[in-house]
Amino acid sequence: MKRIVLWFMSTLTVVTLLFGYHTSTSPGSGAATSVLAAPAVGTDAATGGTSSSAGTVTGTSADTRWGPVQVQLTVDGGSITDVAVIEYPTGNGKDQQINARALPILVEETLDAQSADIDMVSGATVTSEGYIESLQAALDAAGL
Amino acid sequence: MTGTGTSRYVDHVMGMPISLAVRGRHAATPAGRAAWAEAMAVLRAADRVFSTYRADSVVSRLDRGELDLADCPPEVHEVLELGAAAARDSGGAFDVRRADASGRIVLDPSGVVKGWAAERAATPLRTLPGTDFCLSAGGDLVCSTAEPDAAPWRIGIEHPRDPRRLIAVVPIRTGAVATSGTVHRGAHLVDARTGRPPEGVASVTVVADSLTDADVDATAAYALGAGAADWLRTRPARTGLVVWADGTTSLVGSPGAHSNLRVHTQ
Repeated sequence: MKRIVLWFMSTLTVVTLLFGYHTSTSPGSGAATSVLAAPAVGTDAATGGTSSSAGTVTGTSADTRWGPVQVQLTVDGGSITDVAVIEYPTGNGKDQQINARALPILVEETLDAQSADIDMVSGATVTSEGYIESLQAALDAAGL
Repeated sequence: MTGTGTSRYVDHVMGMPISLAVRGRHAATPAGRAAWAEAMAVLRAADRVFSTYRADSVVSRLDRGELDLADCPPEVHEVLELGAAAARDSGGAFDVRRADASGRIVLDPSGVVKGWAAERAATPLRTLPGTDFCLSAGGDLVCSTAEPDAAPWRIGIEHPRDPRRLIAVVPIRTGAVATSGTVHRGAHLVDARTGRPPEGVASVTVVADSLTDADVDATAAYALGAGAADWLRTRPARTGLVVWADGTTSLVGSPGAHSNLRVHTQ
């Protein structure tokens, strides 16, 4: 029960940050909100300790005015070391404001390119010689 | 923008592949193909002016002292000004002028030209009504959707240590994504202050409104090595992902970037 409440708090916090982003160009200005204890869960939890444990916390999907938002926090030593938004609004026109540069990058570690639903690839400069072996070439060849 | 599917086009210029994904009304019409041809023409024209591999390019002649800067076309001034701004903003880590192996100062604006040229090349594509496109110049992209509520382009960010995998996905409608790193070409990117490859950083991805800005900032942040994320935080209207040499990541300008967020444990 406690964990569910805490997840909800985490989700609320990041939604606040999303909301705050396009109203201010100053990073950090919307970050005054506190996040209450985030117990370690997830597969990469380092220890079973309490306040100093490391791990990830995945929030439940929260319905916002822009659509569903779900976040994952990485907590280490009592500090949030990463916040990944793993579900983001896509469908309604209002979220244009938090699109483009304001939309968070989704960090999906060791994401398998074969299974990822992507249109294009950004990476270190591919030469024409190296193109044939690149993921972009595979996408281009698929023609989808 | 569904219904007509996505068309893809590929060509090569400046020694790199140019890929276009286009969907919507003009994905496969003569107007759409003409816009693609025009985009390639813009890139070929930029190559003729800026290539350091062509002895007869404007930049090569300028570098050899055969041409005065005053006699160069306006786009050369524009690019050199962008390069000067990047050098200033990055404390000299990124510079279009740097010493070669023999110590001679050479002019190499290619770190600015690619993003700048691709941004210009996107102009004819932007004029296509009811059409979404994503144009890649060797892994740096300009994206656009005709409608604000279109499905975003999903851009996979290559894993710097394994180009067969992705480390992140960026959903983007209208904007630019650039990544700097060395996975495909070896250690060709250097910190202009030292002439050596930067340490501690594996790749830097920057999302911005314009590819001109995204490309320059990705290259400059990468050149700053361990200072990449801190520097990127000082840049306006940028979102970024820094992948460190040890495989860890830092997000900049997105919710994950709020490093002053604290957890209060009970």
